[in-house]
Amino acid sequence: MNKLQEIAWKEKFPQNAGEIEISARLELPRRIDLHQIPWIRPLLQSRWPQFLIRSLTLAGFIFTIFAGLFGSRVGSHNFAIIFVWIAWWTALKLAFIPLGGRSWCSVCPIPLPGEWLQQGGILEKSRRRFGLNLRWPKRLKGSWLQSGGFLLIGLFSAVTLTDARVTAWVLLGLFGLAIVLSLVFERRAFCSYICPIGGFTGVYAKIAPVEVCVIDTAICAAHSEKTCYQSCPWGLYPLALRDSAQCGLCMECLRSCPSDNIAVNLRPFGTDLAAERRGSRSFGRLDEAFLALVMLGSALAFAAVFTGPWGSLRLAAFAIGSPAWLLYGLGFLVLNLVILPGAFTLAVWAGRRWSCGKAQLRRAIADQSQALLPLGLFAWIAFTISFAFPKMNTVLSVISDPLGWGWNLLGTANSTWSPDVSAFSPGLQVALLLVGLFWSASVAQRLALTNTGRTLREILPVLAFCLAFSLAMLWLLVG
Amino acid sequence: MNRETRLKWSLAWRWLALVGLALLIMVLPMPVNATTPVERTFQIEASQFAYSPAVLSVNPGDRVTIELLATDVVHGLSIDGYAIEATSDPGQTARLTFVANRGGSFRFRCTVTCGNLHPFMIGKLQVGQNELLWRGALLSVLMLVAGVWGVRK
Repeated sequence: MNKLQEIAWKEKFPQNAGEIEISARLELPRRIDLHQIPWIRPLLQSRWPQFLIRSLTLAGFIFTIFAGLFGSRVGSHNFAIIFVWIAWWTALKLAFIPLGGRSWCSVCPIPLPGEWLQQGGILEKSRRRFGLNLRWPKRLKGSWLQSGGFLLIGLFSAVTLTDARVTAWVLLGLFGLAIVLSLVFERRAFCSYICPIGGFTGVYAKIAPVEVCVIDTAICAAHSEKTCYQSCPWGLYPLALRDSAQCGLCMECLRSCPSDNIAVNLRPFGTDLAAERRGSRSFGRLDEAFLALVMLGSALAFAAVFTGPWGSLRLAAFAIGSPAWLLYGLGFLVLNLVILPGAFTLAVWAGRRWSCGKAQLRRAIADQSQALLPLGLFAWIAFTISFAFPKMNTVLSVISDPLGWGWNLLGTANSTWSPDVSAFSPGLQVALLLVGLFWSASVAQRLALTNTGRTLREILPVLAFCLAFSLAMLWLLVG
Repeated sequence: MNRETRLKWSLAWRWLALVGLALLIMVLPMPVNATTPVERTFQIEASQFAYSPAVLSVNPGDRVTIELLATDVVHGLSIDGYAIEATSDPGQTARLTFVANRGGSFRFRCTVTCGNLHPFMIGKLQVGQNELLWRGALLSVLMLVAGVWGVRK
């Protein structure tokens, strides 16, 4: 059985094809199909623009590794630290994810060499391909490993984020792992199941105003070759997409569709949350629920370590292998693996009991975890403002002296300009947390309305969980 | 008036009430403990990558002197929202005096690159009560209500 046959939707659609008559444009209102805009269309259809951007990011990535390995050991004078953890990490959370979902994945350089080997060519697939092309083990599917990867980042964050050599080795390790996995497994196994950043962007991509989707499902159902699936480096079948969490926006389906039946839509924010799609509710999954909780726990831990006044906590997180670090690691893991999942499970269980809900607990947890996504994304954005903005002056500085060798290429090496965010950043952080909480509450309410109709009883404990998280984040950031 | 119109009006009134409450939370003065400004002096030891003590609490109007002593390498101290800064060489005390005329919670940071964790060498100055935190907490509860109440059934 191939992967396409595993998708339940594929079985369903050919049988129901005749019944599907509603125009997709009516079914999915308030969308703008970017692919139909004349000047954007060739940019999406051609592989060249994307290839050029990816070549640039690949060059930047290789230079970052070089700078990390051979540049200054002082983090604030090294391109690797400043561009990865200040510039790119900030851009990812403030622009790429909230505005473009997994748009970073479409230009990410990490899987590029592996993909070239896998397809035996750079722009087009050739006959001579490398790799075993094995299927990814079924037991390892989902975002469990990505959650684990993110927990590892959290455990070693104080060193990874501040030591250029460690950053370089981490990037090199990810690069190597992506190539090896491309040679062993089919398609983008690394991106789909391992990459922690892929997990981070994927889970929050549901909120973003971009989606790739099929225009007319009947056309897809009648198309026997499924060229979109054959060409998708992620191994996705566009008709079976439940939401935007998995799609890496590579646009290969759009290029290979003979019927021009794929849309790249601008859509309202948060469309995937508690939304109906193609007449079937887009339920969450347990692995995604866990990932969402790990994101919440990591945001709390990062805010405490990097923006809090507790020097001993920071030193404990930095002193890897010491008893203090073991204690920090234990606390971090207990927070992420016990306290938050336990509290959320308890909240969902209590709501289910109180409202006499009949849904399975696992299903209810997965479903209601969608309410955690706006909360988490806005908490990360609020954290980023106090984490990265005060250090923006270092970006100008390392552009002129990327290796910390005393160069002054653009005359900005000694720049002391830095945006003074202290006047407005606390207020902005509060506002962001409030928006996230409001959005989460409305998603929880919509979920409950579709499920049981007994709204408040079902969601009150989950709302209490969201409020508690929000207050904790508020205290850590502006307390 | 049909059901649809009644629903629209009901929703509009809800939002009006919520916005009114939010404005009240934002602008209503909070109870303040009137205190006479005093002189306060803090001795802060700075070492990689922590201040000790890391949290300073003063009242609005207090004249604050910080004596910064670096114990290992050169460290600095600047306070967000207050345009003041001091640098201390190892073993040498640097003094910093200012009037705490802005209320709230402010981070202070090291200004001299002192090692890997330098960007995160942070302390906290608390001037009076943290109104932003309290108002933020109240608004959080209101946002929760708004999120539930504002969604149309």
